[in-house]
Amino acid sequence: MTAPVESSVATRPVLEVRDAAKRFGAVVALDGVTFDVGPGEVLALLGDNGAGKSTLIKAISGVHRLDSGSVTLDGLDITSATAMTVRSHGVETVYQDLALFDNLDPAANFFAGRELAGPAWLPRGLRFMSHRRMAERTAELLDRLQVRLPDLDAAVALMSGGQRQAVAVARAVAFSSRLVILDEPTAALGLRESARVLDLVRRLKDDGVAVILISHSMDHVMAVADRALVLRRGRAVGQTVPTAENHGQLVAWIVGAADGLTV
Amino acid sequence: MTERGEALVTAPDEARGAAVDGGDRPRPGAYRGLTVALAALRAGPPAILVLLVVVLSVASDVFLSLENVGNVLKQSAVICVLALGQLLVVVTRGIDLSVGSNLSLSAVVGAMVWRDQGSATLAVAAALATGTVVGLINGVLYVKGRLPHPFIPTLAMLTAASGLALYLSHSETIQGAPPVVDELGAGRIASIPGGGDVGWFPTAALVVLAVALVVTLVTRGLVWGRWIYAVGGSPEAAVRNGIPVQSVLVSVYVACGFLAGVAALLTMGKGDAGSPTSGALAELDAIAAVIIGGASFLGGRGSVLNALTGALVIAVLRNGLNLLGIDPNWQYIATGVVIVVAVELDVVRGHLESRFRSLQAVSAP
Repeated sequence: MTAPVESSVATRPVLEVRDAAKRFGAVVALDGVTFDVGPGEVLALLGDNGAGKSTLIKAISGVHRLDSGSVTLDGLDITSATAMTVRSHGVETVYQDLALFDNLDPAANFFAGRELAGPAWLPRGLRFMSHRRMAERTAELLDRLQVRLPDLDAAVALMSGGQRQAVAVARAVAFSSRLVILDEPTAALGLRESARVLDLVRRLKDDGVAVILISHSMDHVMAVADRALVLRRGRAVGQTVPTAENHGQLVAWIVGAADGLTV
Repeated sequence: MTERGEALVTAPDEARGAAVDGGDRPRPGAYRGLTVALAALRAGPPAILVLLVVVLSVASDVFLSLENVGNVLKQSAVICVLALGQLLVVVTRGIDLSVGSNLSLSAVVGAMVWRDQGSATLAVAAALATGTVVGLINGVLYVKGRLPHPFIPTLAMLTAASGLALYLSHSETIQGAPPVVDELGAGRIASIPGGGDVGWFPTAALVVLAVALVVTLVTRGLVWGRWIYAVGGSPEAAVRNGIPVQSVLVSVYVACGFLAGVAALLTMGKGDAGSPTSGALAELDAIAAVIIGGASFLGGRGSVLNALTGALVIAVLRNGLNLLGIDPNWQYIATGVVIVVAVELDVVRGHLESRFRSLQAVSAP
């Protein structure tokens, strides 16, 4: 294959979701959703409250199990994998509450639960931590993502919302991530800090990481997303490149004012 | 800062491609002021201790004499050891109300084994094992029994261990303790110049130093220590990050119980006996010491130095008021006042930290 046929098929998708369906009792949360995310692609997930966005990302990250349909990561079927297994395959989810340890510094946050320590023959808890190696790895990673923190030794509690979001996102990609799912990363942030987080998303993209971004801000979606997928009542009702021209169409899909193309 | 914030509204594209900037160029004045204030507040508890020492050394001629310093160190040893154990528990958002009763029970068991078996090794081992087992029961009851708060199992243990100590000893002090225990609890080294053979520095203080070193090593160096702080900082995040939260929780009560056993040995040595009431109310001293020292009752924050500082504040306060001939009941009132002052400092620190956060959010270029 010397000549790529279409740019869209040049690379294999990182994540493939096929006919994902999930119901909670009588409520249909997901009803046959199909989409792909490629490496270095930012997919925005749009939709009103209750459209199925949360259920979808929880199904991908292994928190919920689909009733039918499949989730494939790099060709590996992870449809019924547990949350820990999915994480070990490089899918990291940053939820709105960030799940940071406010009392610990960034390095301790990055390595919480997977501290660099030795010797290996001791039980994990009784190993001596290598503070220097963890600090170095943290500095390297923050540097690669161009995240600048005022003080790497300060507790996360002393950081602003944007800095905390940056630490949470950096932690998500710290361990060779393939796919990062960001749930409303800018919801609690001011303009300046939102801009920083969006920059970080662009950098993940440059690193070849696939990103699924949930956001209510159409501006932010247009700023960073390559594609936007709109969910409504558990169905994928439309998919397009989020541009200023398509803004009206996206909103129409979200509120259900127009029939979109099903995927 | 509002102007600068609004200026950004019109220029979001400028931020494109720029570094994710964490405020490394903040507005100097307010930022620095807050940094200084926060540092001062963190120095609060040691400052209280220094202030007490200065005031008392002016008010009393003998306060700074080697003999009296030795006395303070000896009197504070039990509180110090108990406070170090309590610290680990408090860092995980917990509390251990049973350490006083545990001390009494461990001392009684140790003294009984010494009386009946005559083996110092067995007696020491029995006291330490009793303390550890009591701690293990606390931890397991809390975690596996799904009790809503460690207050409950340790309150139950407070009365149960105390009752068991009284039952085993027939409510009487069991005289005698192994010589090595007497040496640890009551011995003195480093003779006073010109004061003969009797030393001033209590061996009990060496025990405190050893325990403090080990706890420092554990909390700073070991993965387990990091997990203790992680669980205290955010139990939910700890679960999500694969930290064995339940084991960590049980382990801090076990460690706290073991240290109650160590404190029991010091108490036995001090009186050459095992008394079923020797630890009565000691849990309150231990908890007060941790709080006064600056550890946060909300969990996740507090160090060995915090615990030792708090224990010394209590001991110095008692000793000083004694030397000045003030009614001993004032000691308790003074301790109460210091607790409130120390926690109030912690509250103010929390407020300043949130100010610091919002300043970071807006002060970056």
